[in-house]
Amino acid sequence: MSGSATTSLTLGYYPGCSQTGTAAEYDRSSRACCQALGVRLVDVPDWTCCGSTPAHTVDHVLAGALAARNLLQAERIGHDRVATPCPSCLAALRTASQHLAQDVQPDSNAPEDMAPSFRAEVERLLDRPAPLRASAVSVLQVLAEDVGIAAIASAVKKPLTGLRVAPYYGCLLNRPPGLMAFDDPENPTALDRVLTACGATVVDFPFKTECCGAAFGMPRLDIMQRLSARILDMADTCGADVIVVACPLCQMNLDLRRGQVNDHSRRQGGREFSLPAPYFTQLLGLALGLAEADLGLDKLVLDLRPVLEAARAREQKRALEVAAVAAAKTAAKAAAKADGTSGQKPGKPGSEPGPKEDAPCA
Amino acid sequence: MRIGVMVCHCGNNIAATVDCEAVALAAREFPDVVFATDHMYACSDPGQKTIEQTIRDLKLDGVVVASCSPRMHEVTFRRAVERAGLNRYMFEMANIREHVAWISLDRKRNTEKATDLVRMAVEKLRYDRPLTAKSFEVHKRVLIIGAGVAGIQAALDCAEGGLDVVLVERRQSIGGIMSKLDKTFPTIDCSVCVLGPKMVDVGQHPRITLHTLSEVEELSGYVGNFEVKIRKKSPFVDWTKCTGCGACLEKCPSKKVPDRHNEGICTTTAITIPFPQAIPKRAAIDPTVCLRFTKGKCGVCQKVCPANAVDYDMQDEVLTEKVGAVITATGLDLFDHTKCGEYGGGRYPDVITSLQYERMLSASGPTAGHIKRPSDGAEPKTVVFIACVGSRDRSVDRPYCSTFCCMYTAKQAILTRDHIPDAKAYVFYMDIRACGKGYEEFIRRAQEEYDVQYIRGRVAQVYPTSGPTGGPSGGQLMVRGADTLLGAQVEIAADLVVLAVGAEAAHGAPELAEKLRISCDAYGFFLESHPKLRPVETNTVGIFLAGACQAPKDIPASVAQASAAAGKVLALLSKDKLESDPQIAQVQTIRCIGCGKCERTCPFGAIRMRELRDGSKRAEVVETVCQGCGICSVTCPVRAIQLAHFTDSQLLAEVNALCRTWDETTES
Repeated sequence: MSGSATTSLTLGYYPGCSQTGTAAEYDRSSRACCQALGVRLVDVPDWTCCGSTPAHTVDHVLAGALAARNLLQAERIGHDRVATPCPSCLAALRTASQHLAQDVQPDSNAPEDMAPSFRAEVERLLDRPAPLRASAVSVLQVLAEDVGIAAIASAVKKPLTGLRVAPYYGCLLNRPPGLMAFDDPENPTALDRVLTACGATVVDFPFKTECCGAAFGMPRLDIMQRLSARILDMADTCGADVIVVACPLCQMNLDLRRGQVNDHSRRQGGREFSLPAPYFTQLLGLALGLAEADLGLDKLVLDLRPVLEAARAREQKRALEVAAVAAAKTAAKAAAKADGTSGQKPGKPGSEPGPKEDAPCA
Repeated sequence: MRIGVMVCHCGNNIAATVDCEAVALAAREFPDVVFATDHMYACSDPGQKTIEQTIRDLKLDGVVVASCSPRMHEVTFRRAVERAGLNRYMFEMANIREHVAWISLDRKRNTEKATDLVRMAVEKLRYDRPLTAKSFEVHKRVLIIGAGVAGIQAALDCAEGGLDVVLVERRQSIGGIMSKLDKTFPTIDCSVCVLGPKMVDVGQHPRITLHTLSEVEELSGYVGNFEVKIRKKSPFVDWTKCTGCGACLEKCPSKKVPDRHNEGICTTTAITIPFPQAIPKRAAIDPTVCLRFTKGKCGVCQKVCPANAVDYDMQDEVLTEKVGAVITATGLDLFDHTKCGEYGGGRYPDVITSLQYERMLSASGPTAGHIKRPSDGAEPKTVVFIACVGSRDRSVDRPYCSTFCCMYTAKQAILTRDHIPDAKAYVFYMDIRACGKGYEEFIRRAQEEYDVQYIRGRVAQVYPTSGPTGGPSGGQLMVRGADTLLGAQVEIAADLVVLAVGAEAAHGAPELAEKLRISCDAYGFFLESHPKLRPVETNTVGIFLAGACQAPKDIPASVAQASAAAGKVLALLSKDKLESDPQIAQVQTIRCIGCGKCERTCPFGAIRMRELRDGSKRAEVVETVCQGCGICSVTCPVRAIQLAHFTDSQLLAEVNALCRTWDETTES
């Protein structure tokens, strides 16, 4: 992968429903980052809902058909690979591809050679041939593998130096491993590497793939409150300034529902959490020097900017201290040399103060 | 030619779905058949007597028996025809049980198929020729690869039986995994105290030649006459001079080398003697870490050695030994626990493997038998054991049971309670597999006498509960899992987590299998010849298996198999001469064009090219090495190689017999 930000790569793009509403900033920042890194995204024409959780809980063929329709639309404009930011859409689309390839209904009890053809049933619903090759891939995987960490690092203009981030993948992005075939299912590192390339300090976060409570926010709020509070508590314990998210539903639970989570935590005698929960594409966009408006920072319930300011201030202070210590050391060495008592190895030059030329993101 | 046919009922096994009488009746019409009958049990004493009597009475030249698989009774019937004065290869078997009766219930079509198979056997028999085995001399020495407890046991048994033993071990000392263990289950014996005397015996036995720091490079030859090349890696210390005093260890400046004998929980020096009871107790330099080799500096050990034994210019040595048989006892390695990310092994210092814990428990280990957490050296008050890490887990491609983890986990839990009486021990398990003498009782003791808490369920995640900013360390580890008996989630705050890692094939096992021309399974364990009845033999004659190189095994099972392998070798080499199987490839020199394709395809190295006086080359079969697989004969472009007893004419006769009957049935 060349180190330039002009990777020429064109992919189909499936935003998914959340990205037109509650997670519009995820959509906007994903598009902006891809554009900045030379990935051209072509919207799947006339895309529809992937089927999401309701479809496959009712009928696998229906779920397959809903997802397959979108893959077919992508195939029609010549794109076999479809990027999507949403892990849930990703699961629906990849499951459809897998079931079409295996051609057996997952809930069928019939022996393998007698099971009805999944493809035939899907084609009956679609009223046209089902897609043959198309499959989906997450925006994170495109960035980490197709663009590459080195290319991202070289495209970073405003490194997030000093910002401590807890990478939160959610339970779906890498799992089940046989379906997603990306990164380690128990201890994934792709997001860690992307954020490190952005200059951020990634804390050792043990709850990378813990469940946030997902859609339980509706039927059983208490479960979602308990699970999301655990995740925020751990991120806070690990000393993170922000918890970085890759899933619209996780982000809703950790950001929009923060008040509910804090209510619960308070009732349990716990603390309240103030760390923001942005999408990774928003932080990546900032590091790439993109405008805040392109990243939808204003859509976050918990404002990211004060944390960034604080991290920057802290980093500048630290850099000044380091510089002062280094200066003192060189001065002491020079003095010792003047005395003529020292003839040892030359000391390393002290690291220069941090990137002062960085204007605040505005 | 006069041929007799006997169709066996095998009780109801065959007769229930094949009309045996009809098959016998049909067989009477086949060419050269002068007699055909059916019998309730052809393999029974009366059955064999009938065969012998008929051969004598009717002056038969050959016999066909239609019954079970040749793997069952071919030898039985060959002996019977031999007793009646025929050559044992003038006999053919038609498998009408496994290939017909057991796989279909259609009596009419079964009978037709059985008749076809008998017809084919008769046609093949018409081309059979008497074959005679040849005999050859053997070397009365045995090569044993690997000197863990299995290799040690096999070596001592063979040596006591009067064979010379060449024992090869790739590590610096013999002893294997058992020498790393603190105690053994279910008796809580001191492991190295039990093993030590045997190690000393190996070191002192006049019939055992020990090569440590050595590996087998190449094995050629055949049963009775193997030739093995052994690479003796240079220890950079002259072991004839070294006294094992240890002066070099004290002065060596590179002290940060991970100690392999202690599973990396402490460090050692670049020049080492792995442990106090090591055999041979000699020092060796690891050139990958020694400053002399990596930086070209230092030389301290050479200066301090009182025996002047250190020699930095020492080279590897390649030895050749001739042996009559080989026992592989290369043992096992442990599953890499960092592959299970959910347990945090490799990320959190207080998550350790069972063997690391074993070193900690050992009085001769780095903590002198005191249990200390790696992170801060504190004594743990809650220890959680997680069973089946890398066993019975398809997600990490280890679907098999490692067989001994349940037991050593119980042992370690008991020892934990012994060492720290106020500590709590928890075991997360899937099932408890305690099939062995005294094993179940041992588990009960752990649960009842030692109050070890057994929780049936898998662990979902191990994570640090708290820690200073920037990363959790120092605090406790939370172990979250399921209790499937209660149907509840459990969380236990642990000071130390011990992963009961499962067994893997020793690294390099598949490569060794290739050198030895034996097979291994998908996981690298060596394949036995038959899982029930030939558990120590391999499919290469003269090569035997001992211990965990065949499958995960505990100490008693390894020792038992080692003695069994030694018994097999002693029986094999008790004869001065061996007989070779005559069902082997034969080269028709007139036809051979010397292309050498057969030499390249032979998986046993049984073909070599011989140069004639005019300089041209011809293939030649080494009769004692050939296993009669037939690959060469299908490879040969000019059909110059024929497999005796399975010649082209014989196979074509069978095919013709089959096709002819097919023609007849379709026409009618």
